[in-house]
Amino acid sequence: MTELPRSTERSLGLVIDLDTCVGCHACVISCKGWNTENYGVPLSDVDAYGADPHGTFLNRVHAYEVQPKTGGPAQTVHFPKSCLHCEDAPCVTVCPTGASYKRAEDGIVLVNEDDCMGCGLCAWACPYGARELDELAGVMKKCTLCVDRIYNENLPEEDRVPSCVRTCPAGARHFGDLADPDSEVSKLVAERGGMDLMPELGTRPVNKYLPPRPRDREDKIDILAPFLEPVIEEPEGFLGWLDRALGAVSGQGAGKETGQKESG
Amino acid sequence: MNRPLQPMLDTSPAVSDEVRKTTCYMCACRCGINVHMKSGKVAYIEGNRDHPVNRGVLCAKGSAGIMQINAPSRLKKPLKRVGPRGSGAFEEIEWDEALEIATGHLKRLRDEAPEKLAFFTGRDQSQSFTGFWAQAYGTPNYAAHGGFCSVNMAAGGIYTMGGAFWEFGQPDWDRAKLFMIFGVAEDHDSNPIKMGIGKLKARGAKVIGVNPIRSGYNAVADEWVGITPGTDGLFILSLAHELLKAGKVDLDYLARFTNAPVLVNDDPGSPDHGLFLRDSRGRMLVIDRRTGKPAPFDRKGVQPDLAGRLEKDGRTHRTVFQLLAERYLSDDYAPENVAGRCGVPARQIRRIAAELAHVAFEEAFELPIEWTDFRGDAHKTMTGRPVAMHAMRGISAHANGFQTARALHVLQILLGTVEVPGGFRFKPPYPKPPEAHPKPHAGHAPGKPLDGPHLGYPLGPEHLLVEDDGTPKRIDKAFSWENPMSAHGLMHMVISNAHAGDPYKIDTLFMFMANMSWNSSMNTEGVMKMLTDKDENGDYVIPNIIYSDAYASEMVAYADLVLPDTTYLERHDCISLLDRPICEADAIADSIRWPVIEPDRDVRGFQSVLIDLAVRLGLPGFVDEDGKALYKDYADYMVNHERRPGVGPLAGWRGKDGTKVGRGEPNPKQLERYIENGGFFIHHIPDNAAYYKPWNKAYQDWAVEVGLYDAPAPYIFNLYSEPLRKFQLAAEGHGERQPPEHLRARIREQLDPLPIWYPSAEDGAGEYPYHALTQRPMAMYHSWGTQNAWLRQLHGRNPLYLPTEIWERHGFREGDFARVTSPHGSITVPVAHHAALNGKTVWTWNAIGKRKGAWALSEDAPEATRGFLLNHIIHELLPPRGDGLRWANSDPVTGQAAWFDLRVKIERVDAPPAGSQPQFPPIASPVGRGPKNLAWKVGK
Amino acid sequence: MHPAPSVIFFSTLSGAGFGLLAFLGIGMPVVFGWEAFGHYFVAYALAVGGLVASTFHLGNPKNAIKAFSQWKTSWLSREGIMAVASLLVMGLYAASEIFLGLRVPWLGWLGAAMSLFTVFTTSMIYAQLKTVPRWNHPSTPVLFLLYALAGGAILAGNGNIALVLLLITAALQLLAWRAGDRRFAARGSTIETATGLGFMGKVRQFEPPHTGSNYLLREMVHVIGRKHARTLRIIAIAAGLLAPAALLAVTPEAPLALLALAGALHLAGVFAQRWLFFAEAEHVVGLYYDRR
Ligand SMILES: Nc1nc2c(c(=O)[nH]1)N[C@H]1C(S)=C(S)[C@@H](COP(=O)(O)OP(=O)(O)OC[C@H]3O[C@@H](n4cnc5c(=O)[nH]c(N)nc54)[C@H](O)[C@@H]3O)O[C@H]1N2
Ligand SMILES: Nc1nc2c(c(=O)[nH]1)N[C@H]1C(S)=C(S)[C@@H](COP(=O)(O)OP(=O)(O)OC[C@H]3O[C@@H](n4cnc5c(=O)[nH]c(N)nc54)[C@H](O)[C@@H]3O)O[C@H]1N2
Ligand code: SF4
Ligand code: SF4
Ligand code: SF4
Ligand code: SF4
Ligand code: SF4
Ligand SMILES: [Mo]
Repeated sequence: MTELPRSTERSLGLVIDLDTCVGCHACVISCKGWNTENYGVPLSDVDAYGADPHGTFLNRVHAYEVQPKTGGPAQTVHFPKSCLHCEDAPCVTVCPTGASYKRAEDGIVLVNEDDCMGCGLCAWACPYGARELDELAGVMKKCTLCVDRIYNENLPEEDRVPSCVRTCPAGARHFGDLADPDSEVSKLVAERGGMDLMPELGTRPVNKYLPPRPRDREDKIDILAPFLEPVIEEPEGFLGWLDRALGAVSGQGAGKETGQKESG
Repeated sequence: MNRPLQPMLDTSPAVSDEVRKTTCYMCACRCGINVHMKSGKVAYIEGNRDHPVNRGVLCAKGSAGIMQINAPSRLKKPLKRVGPRGSGAFEEIEWDEALEIATGHLKRLRDEAPEKLAFFTGRDQSQSFTGFWAQAYGTPNYAAHGGFCSVNMAAGGIYTMGGAFWEFGQPDWDRAKLFMIFGVAEDHDSNPIKMGIGKLKARGAKVIGVNPIRSGYNAVADEWVGITPGTDGLFILSLAHELLKAGKVDLDYLARFTNAPVLVNDDPGSPDHGLFLRDSRGRMLVIDRRTGKPAPFDRKGVQPDLAGRLEKDGRTHRTVFQLLAERYLSDDYAPENVAGRCGVPARQIRRIAAELAHVAFEEAFELPIEWTDFRGDAHKTMTGRPVAMHAMRGISAHANGFQTARALHVLQILLGTVEVPGGFRFKPPYPKPPEAHPKPHAGHAPGKPLDGPHLGYPLGPEHLLVEDDGTPKRIDKAFSWENPMSAHGLMHMVISNAHAGDPYKIDTLFMFMANMSWNSSMNTEGVMKMLTDKDENGDYVIPNIIYSDAYASEMVAYADLVLPDTTYLERHDCISLLDRPICEADAIADSIRWPVIEPDRDVRGFQSVLIDLAVRLGLPGFVDEDGKALYKDYADYMVNHERRPGVGPLAGWRGKDGTKVGRGEPNPKQLERYIENGGFFIHHIPDNAAYYKPWNKAYQDWAVEVGLYDAPAPYIFNLYSEPLRKFQLAAEGHGERQPPEHLRARIREQLDPLPIWYPSAEDGAGEYPYHALTQRPMAMYHSWGTQNAWLRQLHGRNPLYLPTEIWERHGFREGDFARVTSPHGSITVPVAHHAALNGKTVWTWNAIGKRKGAWALSEDAPEATRGFLLNHIIHELLPPRGDGLRWANSDPVTGQAAWFDLRVKIERVDAPPAGSQPQFPPIASPVGRGPKNLAWKVGK
Repeated sequence: MHPAPSVIFFSTLSGAGFGLLAFLGIGMPVVFGWEAFGHYFVAYALAVGGLVASTFHLGNPKNAIKAFSQWKTSWLSREGIMAVASLLVMGLYAASEIFLGLRVPWLGWLGAAMSLFTVFTTSMIYAQLKTVPRWNHPSTPVLFLLYALAGGAILAGNGNIALVLLLITAALQLLAWRAGDRRFAARGSTIETATGLGFMGKVRQFEPPHTGSNYLLREMVHVIGRKHARTLRIIAIAAGLLAPAALLAVTPEAPLALLALAGALHLAGVFAQRWLFFAEAEHVVGLYYDRR
């Protein structure tokens, strides 16, 4: 079972837009809620109201700061991370019990909790910190890509997406088949230069990250909108300008007949 | 094919037995939720896809609601204090006894001196109801939390354009191409803003974030303006300067829809100096460009002349626009001259001005929608100017916030981007100009209801709530000369004024849902002392405190009587058009909460308790002539109360048969209809009424039809605010009502009818060189999130973030502590480095720090040991200036608490303490402690 | 990595146990009857004790039996199978020596090879992990084998062999430490590759995802002070390798007590070495937390 399928029929996964993620943690808690109630044992919390509260989460949002190479102010990037459902998932092959497996039909990497002995080796093998051993239940937990939602006939069609995707207020999370070049997610990856995390480790993640767009750029504006040319050099020139401008607006001499305007 | 064996998986498990749809309460955004039930218990909460607010999405707090309704900190039974105040020692009592105690105090006071009751509520969503109750009771001392929250934003918006950012409007997310967001970390519109930013991003539209701190929305902003706190007004007016100078303003829009062409008395000698020229019917006059003659601004066909000028009765009158241009064309506002102060390079200011102009005017577009304006002039199209803006407390919570909010609206209006496609749009029942709002009332008498609603929008000194000698009539001194336009009251001054007996003593402080002994007070330690202070007879200075909370908060410990509320899934609530509804720019909408689960404790919905108390007190509006209850409980009130004939708390499914919208008789089946529809009601605005609302005949007529107005009430935007000028005139010595001497100069300077900027804090940067701010974390709601086992893992403690400049100058390292000192006091707290931060600013997350023993947490919880509040070093009064007076740390116009004017100095502490300082003795928990571990699953 | 006592015990003890079994299997020494029983008792106590210790660290030991199923891909599964298989084979071999007084050399050689292969499988559990660059290197199995053999040689009383092995191990260990210290950097995983944000500029953590602790940090991010590490390295080399080597060099025909002392010193040193093996190993996941 821990043999990886040579290829999967589909490669379902997430595309996470780092240009849009505001770091709200909605996906974190929605995931916690769904997966506590659904697939496998609940995601437990230890010392829940005490000094060292900690529990199992399948998705966590980091926040980084980048000092741009090109100068300019530092940037903040919010960075959600869950299982990337790797093509070459080392977490699967190391598993001694066969509890970990990658599904041949859609590439989802799962833990069959009925088989897991809680040795933790798969978590060691994962570069991304995507697996957490549940402290109370002693079995390995990881993102299931909401396998119990995406095919669930008890849910309306439009809700057959992962819980984190459905909930993300900013629309920074996309779900689909990354093996299908025509899928929305594949197109996004192509357009926006979707990237792999730690490609040097050869895990070939299915999930992709869309890089933040360039920020604080000055160059674009000069072509699109040149700096404003003053039409009023001195405050006193204001009425003269206004007069001309109003004439242009209504196509008639601005209140010429009133003779009541200030000049110059 | 190589297909390894795989376990059989049930990919279609049952999701729940039933879905109950109601409204989230984890913040004021009021999203729709689907509560999935299993065996009668809440199993999972998700967003309601049909709901107008959130369209299916849900934030972290919303999803964590399940941990909130099961929190061990929930109060279980009414509590009567048995130990000293603040100790947390209580005995549980029956509701009958609790209600008798409360009725005892309330009855006595109502019969003798109703003003001795101060009734203040927090961020509840039933202010039209609690206000109605307080009015019937007869005390002038009622308000909600708005005064310390964002009244600057609300009032700045209402006085300028009849609506504000906040919850009153929204950017045209579908059409905007350039979006500027000022001073927002999260806001009341949490999910809609995120959804909106997502839409802009998907379209590749540009977002500019103006904020000293680059996180959250500012992190995703394409451009960041890391402004120095308190200087936005200057930055905005500099943008206006650039636009005016380049002639990039929407003259047509200004002439038609704003008071830019209105004639102002420009004669310094005149008692009407600075007031509008009006005709005998009180209509503002403009020069009609067709005739060159003065004409009422709203006459059919009139073409108001921005350049108009009129000599009348020997007095010169010039247009608002001329005054405005004159002011902002001044070199004081040139980018070079503001750059240093704002911490924004002049080049960036110029460029942003250019971008605004470019998008507003070069990327303008027309929607082929015909409409007719209030003058009767028909328009073939609607012109879109795709520049949208939004702002919140970063602007609001400064002592110059009112004028800064006004400046921002003036900028929007100069660009012609308010209520136009692509710009900023109001949500009904807004727009609503100041004139259309009630005026404040404080007329009280024993045994009588108040003479009118408590809060409102004064239009001049005549509307102030002061005695003849100038003494404020309200305990919070709202609507007094100190802060004449304090439209939301000043909750942050209630306890200190009551303690000082200034302007008078009160007997009973009745509070609801506000953690006033902790995170919602300034000078927290001082407030704890005031609440426990005794007079020479050994009695508490504030004799009685009644408080309703749902959880074991810090404030509970300071109450004499605690009325335990239900949680949000256990009660009826009404998010009403009379109050703060959930409307969209395209629709009116309101919603309800209903008990999707029954309480498992002896608790009661506070609104129903208020109704019970009202009946016991025989308050008008709650009992009939025979003293019999009109409403059984809050649900009954929601359906059957009528504020005006046919207009009640809920707009949907009115009329006997439920077919009427907005106006109609009560429908006994109304709540069932709401529940069937997912807990909300929505009714769309016709297409030709969707924009230009203040001036659009179709909108005005529609608004009357659905009961928002009783008659069409078009108006023009107030670039120049005449009410402000009236206060100024008084300060100049005109009129009968005169401000006290010590306030004259301030009113003259700061209540300027055209937006101005002045330094918000003590600018004497010398000793306290840094600005200290808080931000709301997106995944925490003030103090309540901490009792949530999931959320507290995200934010269980808070460091003080320091910019690189300070970090390096003081040689800070990870794990260090800093002593942070303001003119008022000092705290010692853990620090962390944050580079994407204005170099003069330090900050932390708001309300993470907790008092030991509160919230059913263990006493060594990180929130209590390492978490901290900045509130300890923020004072409700400014440091003495040597004039013998203590000035409030509030905006001089509205009384808005100036949370973000805090100035500090920072020192590295060599021997880090064990935890953050100060620490207070633990309070006893009235509900015990939470369990050690959780493995929450309600299914099988 | 978190230096979990159970795993340290396991790898130290079972390594020495299987090392001893390997020597017994090839007849160094050849033992029969009670003497054999004594030797095998020590070997099995160490090997089985180690294995038992390793189960303490399982979250859900009731499924441990399933660990024998995935030999095709999993080194941990292979280790389990090999451990049991070599214990069985060596058990037969030992039984015949103890009870029949009969030595079956081919069975012994097979058992010895299997015992060493067991140690190799153990080492591969670590060496295979690309996520822990320090481990992910051929020196890991080589050292595991050397430690097992050196320990086995001492326990088997093969003083000279032990002496040689100890010195080789010491030399290789020093080299491995030096190389290991540089490997993380050499592999090129950085916070920039971890986040993909390197194209923008220099990356640092602004906020961790939770203020609370979590499994990943407890399990995989163990920051150990440099000075602390140096002391432990000295202890490992001095107590675990050089001191026993010195003892054995001085008295090549070591009496039992001296062998026991050398063995104890060696095992203590290996504990230190194993503690460091984990504590110094940096998992790439720490990059996400800006900690290693
Ligand atoms: N330093 C600093 N301080 C600030 C601010 C800041 O920016 N910086 N912001 C200020 C602002 S804008 C605000 S609004 C205040 C907010 O401060 P508070 O209004 O005090 O808000 P909460 O902490 O949410 O506390 C409200 C109380 O309501 C209780 N509660 C929750 N749910 C229910 C319920 O269903 N029924 C009842 N009866 N009670 C309930 C909670 O237990 C809690 O005790 O903080 C202010 N304080
Ligand atoms: N998740 C969550 N949502 C909430 C709440 C909550 O507690 N949690 N509270 C609700 C309440 S009561 C309120 S009032 C709203 C408030 O919502 P926000 O207005 O978003 O309030 P704050 O979090 O106080 O954020 C103030 C922002 O202003 C910035 N700022 C401070 N000073 C300046 C300045 O001078 N100029 C500029 N440009 N920016 C400045 C700060 O850096 C910060 O980003 O949020 C509501 N929504
Ligand atoms: S819900 Fe969306 S925006 Fe929020 S943290 Fe997750 S991915 Fe980012
Ligand atoms: S991210 Fe980690 S857990 Fe997920 S498939 Fe890849 S290696 Fe396995
Ligand atoms: S923890 Fe469970 S899933 Fe992971 S390797 Fe061990 S047995 Fe397999
Ligand atoms: S796909 Fe499902 S399990 Fe995975 S992170 Fe999202 S919500 Fe969690
Ligand atoms: S924003 Fe979040 S907490 Fe606020 S109402 Fe919506 S879901 Fe609830
Ligand atoms: Mo607020």
